[in-house]
Parts: sequence; C-alpha cells; structure tokens
Amino acid sequence: MTDLLRLLTLQDYNTRIVLTGTALLGIASGVVGTLMLLRRRALIGDVASHAALPGVGVAYLVMERFQPGSGKWYPGLILGAACSAVAGLVVSQMLRRIRRIKEDAALALTLSLFFGLGVALFTMIQGLPSGQAAGLSEFVFGKPAAIVASDVQLLAVACFVVLLICGVCHKEFALLCFDQEYALAGGWPVGALDLLLTALVVGVTVLAMQSVGLLLVVALLVLPPTSARFWTDRLGPMQFVAAACGGVTAALGVLLSAAFPHLATGAVIVLMGTLGFVVSLLFGTRRGVVWRLRDQWRLQRRIGLDDLLRGIYELLESNLVVNDDLTAWPVDVAALERTRHWSQGRFPKLLQRARYEGLLRSDAHGQWRLTAAGRREALLAVRRHRLWELYLIHFADIAPTSVDRSADAIEHWLQPDLLEQLETLLLERHPQLAVPVNPHEALSEGVR
Amino acid sequence: MTAWEALADWGSLDTWIVVTAALAAVACALPGTFLVLRRQSLMGDALSHATLPGIVLAFLAFHALKEQGWIAPAWSGWIQHGLVFVGATLTGLLCGLLTEVVIRAGKVEPSAALGVVFTSLFAFGLLLIRLAADSAHIDPGCVLYGNLETIVTDTVPVFGLLLPRAVLLNGAVLLLNLALLIVFYKELQLTTFDAALATALGIRASWVQVALLACAGMTVVAAFESVGSILVIAMLVAPPATALLLSDRLSGVLGWSCVLGALSAIGGHIAALIGPPLLRSALGWPELGDVSTAGMIAAVSGGLCVVAWIAAPRHGLLRQVWNRAHLRLRIVAEDLLGLLFRIEEPTHPATGLSSVAQLATAIQAPKWQVRWAFSELKKRGAVTMSSDGPTLTDRGRTLAQQLVRSHRLWEAYLATNFQMSNPQMHASAAKIEHYLNPQLREELAAELAQPAVDPHGATIPPEEAARR
Repeated sequence: MTDLLRLLTLQDYNTRIVLTGTALLGIASGVVGTLMLLRRRALIGDVASHAALPGVGVAYLVMERFQPGSGKWYPGLILGAACSAVAGLVVSQMLRRIRRIKEDAALALTLSLFFGLGVALFTMIQGLPSGQAAGLSEFVFGKPAAIVASDVQLLAVACFVVLLICGVCHKEFALLCFDQEYALAGGWPVGALDLLLTALVVGVTVLAMQSVGLLLVVALLVLPPTSARFWTDRLGPMQFVAAACGGVTAALGVLLSAAFPHLATGAVIVLMGTLGFVVSLLFGTRRGVVWRLRDQWRLQRRIGLDDLLRGIYELLESNLVVNDDLTAWPVDVAALERTRHWSQGRFPKLLQRARYEGLLRSDAHGQWRLTAAGRREALLAVRRHRLWELYLIHFADIAPTSVDRSADAIEHWLQPDLLEQLETLLLERHPQLAVPVNPHEALSEGVR
Repeated sequence: MTAWEALADWGSLDTWIVVTAALAAVACALPGTFLVLRRQSLMGDALSHATLPGIVLAFLAFHALKEQGWIAPAWSGWIQHGLVFVGATLTGLLCGLLTEVVIRAGKVEPSAALGVVFTSLFAFGLLLIRLAADSAHIDPGCVLYGNLETIVTDTVPVFGLLLPRAVLLNGAVLLLNLALLIVFYKELQLTTFDAALATALGIRASWVQVALLACAGMTVVAAFESVGSILVIAMLVAPPATALLLSDRLSGVLGWSCVLGALSAIGGHIAALIGPPLLRSALGWPELGDVSTAGMIAAVSGGLCVVAWIAAPRHGLLRQVWNRAHLRLRIVAEDLLGLLFRIEEPTHPATGLSSVAQLATAIQAPKWQVRWAFSELKKRGAVTMSSDGPTLTDRGRTLAQQLVRSHRLWEAYLATNFQMSNPQMHASAAKIEHYLNPQLREELAAELAQPAVDPHGATIPPEEAARR
C-alpha cells in the first residue's frame, strides 16, 4: 500500500523521469497525429517506424566500427533512425509515382522492404561480441525504463519544438489538411509544408521508438487523435484533446506498469490509449455511439406512440359523431393491437409509455381512454398522415391503395411549417377537399 | 569463409529452407494479389500484428491441456500447431470485424480504424506474452523473425520420408488457396474489379471480402511460425505489386506473383549466404554475424520490385524513356521533312538552309537530334545527302507532303471554326500535324470542301505526290 502511495505521489525519481518523458511524447504525438489523421495518412507513422529500423542498425555498425563500444550512443542511433525513416518515406513517395502501384501498396512495400533490411542487419549485429548486449531489441518492443534524465531533456526540447512548429504553422497546416487544392491555388508552399509535417512525424516516431517500440509507435499517433475526433469538430480543440489524451494515457500506462512490474510498459500505454478510444467511441459528445443509440431509441419510441395514437383515432373514428368528444370513448385494446403488426412485446410497453406521458388513461375496469393531451397528439398524427396521403395522391399521382405505406414512413418527419405549406397547397389546388379527412373516403365520394 | 565457399556448402538444410520459404511465398502471393488490387495492402501488416494474441492464447491453452495430461505425446506437435492455427485465424477475423465495427459505429476513416484495432490487439498480445512468460516460453522475436534456420529440427514421417512440418503446413495452405482460387475465380475477379456489378449479379461482395480476409489470415498464420511476420507482410504485397508492373491481366498477375515469390525465396537465401562473407571481407570485420534469411528474402522481394520498376517491358522506366526518345526522334524527323518540302516550294523565301546547324536552328531542335533524325531518314530512304545539302527522295516527298497537308488543313480548319491569331494557329498545327492520319485528313478536307490554300495563302498539297 505504501508502495502504491509512493508511486502515485511520484516520490520515485525513476518513475518521475519515465513518466515525464512518455507523457511529453504522448502530447507531441497527439498534436502531430491529429494532423496526419485529418490528412488521411494515419498509418504513415507505421511506415516511418518500420523504416527507421535499418537506420538504427547501420548507425550502430558505423559507430562500433570507428569506436568500438560506442554503438549504443543514443543520439547517434536516433539520427540514424531519422535518416532511414525519411529515406523510407521518400521511397514510398517515389513508388507512389508509378501509376500502377497505389498508395497502400507503396506504403506496405516500403514497410516490408525496410523492415526486412533492418532485421537482416540486426541479426548481423547479434554476431558481434558487443551485439548481444546491445539491447537493440528495445527499439522493436520498447522499454521506457531505459529513459534517463538526459533523454527527458532531449524529449522536452523536441516536444517543445513540435508544439512550437504546430502553433506557428497552425493556419497553414489546417489549410493543408482540409483543402490542399485551395492551398496550392493560393500560392502556399504546399510541398514544403508537407515536408515539414513529415519531418514532425518522423521526429515523433523516432523519439517514441525507444519507449513504446517501433511496432506500437503508430498507436501513439493514431489512438489519441481518433479518440479526440469523438469529442469535437474543430481542429484546435481536437489537437488539444488529443494531446491531453496522449499525455494522460501515456502517464497512466507508465504508472500502471510501475505498480505491476509484470506488465510490458509499451503495451500497457497502448492499451490505455485503446481504453480511451473505446470510452470516446461510446460516450464522445460529438459522435458517441451511446448518444446516437439513445437518440435513435427515442425516435423509435416517438414513432411508436404516433402510430399508437393514430390507430386509436382511426378506431374511434368509425363511431364518431361530429364534434363528439374523443376522450369519452373507451378504446378496444384488442382491436387496436390487430390494426398493425407490432413487434413482439412492443404494444403493451407503448400503452404503458403513453399512460406515463399522460396521453392515455386507464380506469379500474381496465378500460383505456385518450386524455386531452392524447387527443391533441392523435389529431396531429392523423392530420400529418392524411395530408401526406392527399399530397401523394394529387401531386405524385400514386394510387390511393398504396399511399398508406409511404405516408407511414414520412409522417413522422413533417414539421409544423411544412404541414401548413402542404395544407395551403392542397386547398389551393383542390378547394373541395376537406382537410384532414380520410383521403380514401374523400376520393370515393368524389368518384361517386 | 569466402562467398563461394558459403554457396558451395549448400546442403539439404538450405534446400528445405528455400522450399519452405518458396511455398509460403507462393501461398501468400495468391490472396496478396487480391489485397493489393483491392487497395488493402496494409491489411497484411495489420493481420500479422493482430494475430499475436490468438497465438499466445493458443499456446497457453496448449500448455494447460498438456499439464492436465489430456494430450497424447505422439500428437502434441500437430495439436499445438492446430491450436495456434485456429487461434490466430480467429483473431485475424476478429481484427477485420472490429475494424469494420469501428468504421461503421464511429465513422472513423478506414486506415485509422485499422491502425486503432491492430495496434490494440498487438499490444494485448505483448501483454499476454509477458503475463504468460512463467507458464509457457514464447519469444515475441520468434513471431517477428520466424525460425527458418531451424525448421529441419521438427520433422514428420510421410510415406517413409522425413519431411519438415513447416513444408507440409505451408504446402497444404498453398494447395487450399489454389483450390479456393480455382473454384471462386470468377467471384473474386468480379468483386475486385466491379463490386457494383457483382452485387447486381447476386454475388455478395461482403462475403467474398470476409472469405478473402479469412484466407489471408490463415495463410499468414501458416507462414508465420516458419518464416516470421516480416516475411509474410513482404510476401503478401511485394510480389503482387511487382507483378502488376509485368502484366495487364489478372491471370498474368497471379502467375507472375507466384514466380516472383519463389524467386525471392531463392534469391533471398542465396543473398543471406553470400552477403555476410562479402561484407566481412569488404569491411575487414570478421566478427560480423550471419543475416536472417527471412529478412533478406523480404529485402530481395523489394529489390525485384525496383528491378521491375526500371526494366518492366511495358510499364518500366526504361521503356518509358525509350518511348519518349522514339517519339522525339519521329517528331524531329517529320519536322525536317516538312522543312525540306517547304524549301522546295517556289514561294519559299529562305535559301541556303543546308548545314545541320542551320536546319537545327530552323526547327528549334538540338543539333545531335537533327543528326540522329537524318541518319534515320537516310536509312528509310526518305532523304539523300549531296554536296549542296539534303534533298528529298520521292518517297520522302510523299511523306513530307502528307505532313504539310496535315499542317495546312488544320490551320484552315482552325481559321474557319475559331477566332485565332496566326501564331496560335501555327503552334497548334505544328503539334497536331504529327498525329493526323490519312482518314482524318480526308474528313477535314471534306468538312472544308476540299480547300486549295491555307489561311496564309500557301497551297495545300494533295495527298499523293506527283511523280517527277
């Protein structure tokens, strides 16, 4: 318990270092990843990270060759990785130029070619006496614990530079993401901006390789932005949310894996990001699935109630005297249930719901009647339905027998002002029509 | 050991390595072709990552069963492979399914959705490996790099022959893929190139897609253990992408990608054998280790793609350069013919255009191109060279006359139909004259009621030259 407390209050120097480093990475990759996501190049990071591998191997070999024992000098490896990642992206762009090879194939080709070379180099390094201890595999699978204080300084500087560039070029990047043709036409240096953005991606990728490993770097670049997309529709806030999301998930991942040493840190960081994504997918205020389902469910209920009330009106209509009060008549529930095909168990639920909303009332004898509010709603529903039926018969030239179905589908979407327009239109063209009476009767009278 | 000694040491182990890799490569190339054509190449990358948790869970299940004593030792090899196979295929399908769910439920861009799903599954797999490290030894590196070099240690007797298990596994998957391809060729072809037509004809494009994914997943998994996931990604994409440069027909692309896959397996292993000795002697660094065959095969398959890109007969870079040079030569030659014809005309003001330099200035082409074109024209018997410069032969005159006729007809056509300045008309005619054929000239002439002169007053020559 005290261990956990110690951990959570960040009294451990090592945890503090690693936490700061990875959180910074999370923030930077969130900001850059948002731009890549909006440019529809989310998986560029994957290619960059795989393509960085041979660079690490070559850098190691070169350093070992000229000064044995210096092979693990971090900035040197990072430089090699960055060069090779850039080379990879350039190659994929060149492949893209071949008309026959599409973007995805170009990316996958580059990825496998460079990764293959990288693996070949790594196996070669393993033969060296120093190679076994080189621990280069941390670039593949990630090992945040390897982060030391000097790395955090490097990360902090890099993160600051990334944020600065994104801040200064915010407008330009937004233009690039949303309307590249316009940017070109407006004389913006699109090529240079694209290069700058690519450089940012490569920078973040290469820096993140050590902590989450090259196989999972792309998760840092993809997960926070896609999560942020569920909360906002604006670029600035989206970058902010993505940065926060990236930072928090990375920090949580580090804390968790510090508390439970059995967990692989890189994987935990990514899984935290996945958790954030799932939460956003479900509860995001902009496109969250839960809210959309709720809206859909409410709509279904409203449609059901409309159908129910219209059914009641049409049932009572047959024995209706003019100006008779609808609320006085009991509803034959069994007959009502037979009027349309209610799905299993829906009908009683709708009855209860209508009573709950004060549209229907039932007395001690189990007899159901409309309330005043229910009568108003029922009249409205019937009017909507019949107006649309009339419209279809007279304007769309559809047979009276087949208008019921399509009116069923559309009546729920008719807004009051549209209804008014419909009514005016119908009365103008066909003043003899009494609106809203049952169009079937109106028509048969007209024929007679 | 020199490179040649390394090659001369070729033994049955090397043969089996190449056979396994080639079988895996060809098996991957078949579904890979369709993935590339459907622009889902990154699915291979995603599948090979996403199957990790399935593999780990299968391993765990196997060890649990073994500890319970429910597995007969004689069958344990097959059962382990079977479990891994099923587990990985299921997670592969799960990856495809989840991606679809994320795309539909969250309206996320497809490649981003793929990124979300496969990285999550892979991270989950890594986590499982660490958690399970005590009960089962699984090396994540093995999944990545494969263990081609040790396949002969795991053999199975078949009709008295000891065959490596990996050969049987990959061979079986290859046969299955071939059978599926032959049976569903039409459906695959139709849904790949025209999904709307396929749907109209009653073929469920989405089912074919799921089947293709399952097939790719299964192939990936079978190839996985022996050759590793890097090679699988490379084999799914590189040979088909290269084959697309070599053929314009689906059957051709499929055939070429199989051939290329097998070639990269052979070339990759040879490169892995001779590369390190060469490097050791070149760098003077004897401690350098051997390289992984899987990595080299991936690199060679990429190298084959580059070779095809440069040298492919129809779509290669060299062919494009050649075509462009050819076109340029034709245009310069035709310009020369046109110029010589105009000089022969009585109305032509310029005289003394005889040296190559003067001609080159007149048609605005570099001198070397003019010399090149002249030699070509002489070869075709269109021009003869005398002391006072080049002259047209009868054959050359006919060609030149048709060209000038094209030029002037087009100018006349432009003058009748559009408001254009003389330089504009001339520029347009100078371009189009190289592309008009006799039929078009005839139609132009008919359209303009057989004009005798062009807008500048120059005579439009007839189609055929009068014999001199």
